[in-house]
Amino acid sequence: MSFINYAAREINCKLVYYGPGLCGKTTNLQKIYARTDPGAKGKLISLATESERTLFFDFLPLELGSIRGFKTRFHLYTVPGQVFYDASRKLILKGADGVIFVADSQLERLESNIESLENLETNLRDQGQDLTKLPFVIQYNKRDLPNAVALDDLQAALNPRGVPWFEATAATGAGVFETLKGAAKLILNDLKQKMAG
Amino acid sequence: MPQRDLILYEDDQRRLTRCLGGLCEGARSRAAFLIDRNGRLLAQAGAAGNVDTTTLASLTAGSVAATSGLARLLGEQEFSALVHEGDRESLHVSMIAGEAILVVLFDRQTPLGLVRLRVRQASEELCSAFAAVGSAGSNAAGQELSQITDEDIDNLLSV
Repeated sequence: MSFINYAAREINCKLVYYGPGLCGKTTNLQKIYARTDPGAKGKLISLATESERTLFFDFLPLELGSIRGFKTRFHLYTVPGQVFYDASRKLILKGADGVIFVADSQLERLESNIESLENLETNLRDQGQDLTKLPFVIQYNKRDLPNAVALDDLQAALNPRGVPWFEATAATGAGVFETLKGAAKLILNDLKQKMAG
Repeated sequence: MPQRDLILYEDDQRRLTRCLGGLCEGARSRAAFLIDRNGRLLAQAGAAGNVDTTTLASLTAGSVAATSGLARLLGEQEFSALVHEGDRESLHVSMIAGEAILVVLFDRQTPLGLVRLRVRQASEELCSAFAAVGSAGSNAAGQELSQITDEDIDNLLSV
């Protein structure tokens, strides 16, 4: 759900990075944080285990600029990818205005991607939301690795609906902002339509 | 069920801020904040000083979400309040109308009992102020935001 502070002329949206463990969700946020002007970002908060695996969530507030005199603020969250943290994933997913699914392109992670995507659909359904009606994009991450699956195969397995998708190598930052912008565009379009309706 | 979109108009903000200001004063507390369940700051009063309120809001919402999960695990509907006690400063966290989170920041000079009492007394007014959010009658935000064009969005994201 969006939060519009008309008094302060601000639009606030929640964008969630979802995906299997070690697919690069936190790395996406770290790259965005590293490459954004200090004035446009808040602190990057990571609630992680000692081995730097996400325990609860990462959080990065980001200001994209103004639209029609409204400051647009995005709150970026990641969920913990490990299978047994499902309760935490459900909590973070609540109230999301849009989702980026970060898929790990490596062949041996294909099954985990499918499982995580199905988990996303289930968790949304449990809270009365439908992935097909939510702003949603897919990022195929780790495209630089030698064992990366061909894009056509990933598309066939993970994107039968043909939602917007992006190639990325989050470790170098490639594709990270393109994915963010793609999701932000869908969210703002969705907001515009909700406001018109 | 999906949560509702929230639109906060000037009158809403004034009313919420007035409630929070009265609470701060009555509870002899440094600051009070109203946050939505998704971790976004709706209104605040008092002297937050150099506290990073954006992060405070997000972490508080995360903490409340986890605590609610624990409550359900034990068959409780909700734990009504959370207190984080520090050596110098403490936080009292409670739910308002099941949808918003009230956070009171106070120091060791203020007894917790006083904060609890004032929060309880202020809750009803805050509940009704929060329930009224967005019902200002006019749909000014909707009218303005529905005018957004694809070009506006592209311009915003082209930077």
